[in-house]
Amino acid sequence: MAELNEILRAHGSRQDALLPILHDVQAAFGHVSEVTIREIALHLNLSRAEVSGVVSFYHDYHRTPDPRPAIKLCRAESCQSRGSEALAIAAEKVAGARVRVETVYCLGLCSVGPNAMIGHEVHARLDNGKVAALIGAL
Amino acid sequence: MMQIRISDDALAIACGANLLARAFAERGHEVVRTSSWGMHWLEPLVEIDGIGYGPVEAAHVDAILGGTADALCIGRIADHPFIASQTRLTFARAGMTRPTSLDDYAATGGWAGLERARALGAEAVVAEVTASGLRGRGGAGFPAGIKWNTVRVAPGSEKYIVCNADEGDSGTFADRMVMEGDPFMLIEGMAIAGLAVGAGKGFIYIRSEYPHAIAKMQAAVQLSSAIVAPFEVEVRVGAGAYVCGEETSLLNSLEGRRGEVRAKPPLPAHEGLFGCPTVINNVLTLAAVPFVLSQGAQAYADYGMGRSRGTMPVQIAGNVKHGGLYETAFGITLGEIVEKIGGGTASGRPIRAVQVGGPLGAYFPPALFDTPFDYEAFTAVDGLIGHGGITVFDDSADMAKQARFAFEFCAAESCGKCTPCRIGSVRGRETLDKVIAGEASEANLQLVADLCETMKFGSLCALGGFTPYPVMSAITHFPEDFGLRMAEAAE
Ligand SMILES: Cc1cc2nc3c(=O)[nH]c(=O)nc-3n(C[C@H](O)[C@H](O)[C@H](O)COP(=O)(O)O)c2cc1C
Ligand code: SF4
Ligand code: FES
Repeated sequence: MAELNEILRAHGSRQDALLPILHDVQAAFGHVSEVTIREIALHLNLSRAEVSGVVSFYHDYHRTPDPRPAIKLCRAESCQSRGSEALAIAAEKVAGARVRVETVYCLGLCSVGPNAMIGHEVHARLDNGKVAALIGAL
Repeated sequence: MMQIRISDDALAIACGANLLARAFAERGHEVVRTSSWGMHWLEPLVEIDGIGYGPVEAAHVDAILGGTADALCIGRIADHPFIASQTRLTFARAGMTRPTSLDDYAATGGWAGLERARALGAEAVVAEVTASGLRGRGGAGFPAGIKWNTVRVAPGSEKYIVCNADEGDSGTFADRMVMEGDPFMLIEGMAIAGLAVGAGKGFIYIRSEYPHAIAKMQAAVQLSSAIVAPFEVEVRVGAGAYVCGEETSLLNSLEGRRGEVRAKPPLPAHEGLFGCPTVINNVLTLAAVPFVLSQGAQAYADYGMGRSRGTMPVQIAGNVKHGGLYETAFGITLGEIVEKIGGGTASGRPIRAVQVGGPLGAYFPPALFDTPFDYEAFTAVDGLIGHGGITVFDDSADMAKQARFAFEFCAAESCGKCTPCRIGSVRGRETLDKVIAGEASEANLQLVADLCETMKFGSLCALGGFTPYPVMSAITHFPEDFGLRMAEAAE
């Protein structure tokens, strides 16, 4: 947990550091564990319930690890109008159980959809072939 | 060696701009990464001596360099009708400058607004913003000057400026383009706001789905810290909750809490971040301020119609041929935007519907295309401008599915505080599922209408309160998709 201590130290101990801490924890460990929640609560002088409540509220934080690689497909209206729903079905098929296909609502690239994000990388103008290639490379 | 200009905006990158930049660099040319012109169907757009080529793929590079890429050439970019017909006040630098270059910013009039604000003093700055007629661009259209004045006169030594960069509406990207393309302009606007109300610190709350904007803003904040001092700016990152775009939910999130909506009063202007008087404004609102201060309130107010003054960066998105950022004075009609400027659908099929104002905005049929872009005119036809995003759908769209999605989205993103929103959205989705399955359309649609009434009047914020807009507009304007005959829905 050396890394956790570093994260906590880097952010200070005011409550408004909670989201920045959780972002770093999620990025470093892939999830926010029960033990981590206890440590964060201690560090910020909050109850465990308060920290858990915050973790469960936001879509970006996960309580359990999922080691599979992931692709986020945009399924919001502008991408829907450009075929994201059919694309999602195709993507699920290629991904199978090996790759996690997540839903995201809008990446701000709404004129060139359907779009996807892998990590911090963005991909536009997707079709079945392109999304299969992206998933295959994960 | 030629100078090749290619945008480093996330949309250009998503379309392959980085690969292209590398290809030109490998051939020994100087590649300059600029902001995007906003002609998205042409990205990646390559600019050489003012002449544009797009959309360019790596395979085209040698043809462009060899002067045999006529098919991709669009002529002088600045003369392209999509650009030449705009009124770019907020996006004046789009396509022209390097986003995080202080030199480029200063050379194109940057910091002049802040300089004038410092000379004017707080009260006069607020008067200037009030006189410009600038209204909040985040959705509600509240006059910025009035909000600022409330915070200016509020007692308290600690005050804050919060920039709402949560931009969660589908069909919108203008905030992202400001942050990625002209980040110093936003910082300047925040510094002017700080000076006007007596706030020493500002936060920019950026959604986590915008990693490129986050990186650019962080870099720009560092680079400009001495210029805006003693005002300080800090970038904070959201965590994937649409409702955190609602201002009080955003404040809770900044404070490290669940992003639940707070009851008003108190207004954030009285008790906002950490209980202190707080100006919370959208990116576009704050980004318009340097122009207002440097050119004067009248120069801004000269554009627009009625009580909608200045320009709106309209975002043309979805199934549209010419999608992108189109800044224009208020008053242009919806039809002009989607048909004339947008060029109709990308698929080439007829337009069936356009959704204006994001997931909480109404679906418009072509019959309403004569509606002018103006806050009041949109309200009059049961719609809203919101953040200015327009999503075009062709005739393959199933409006019952779109209405169902509006409920689904509301259910997924509800903060859970009020029952009509939390439960009503789930019931609404279930009921529309029955309609879609062909079960007792009329009775079920009456149920949906009743649910929408309850949500409209029993919700604390616009997530629950405005979800009825997309739902009811779809039913009203496209009854045939719900198993109704035209006459029945007219009521
Ligand atoms: C569910 C919901 C989401 C919202 N999302 C945003 C947003 O992403 N960006 C924004 O500026 N305003 C958003 N708003 C509006 C804000 O509550 C607020 O009106 C705005 O930040 C005020 O700034 P302005 O006066 O400059 O528009 C949202 C409102 C609601 C109810
Ligand atoms: S309307 Fe929905 S999102 Fe808004 S406060 Fe109520 S439950 Fe929360
Ligand atoms: S709707 Fe998919 S990027 Fe905006």
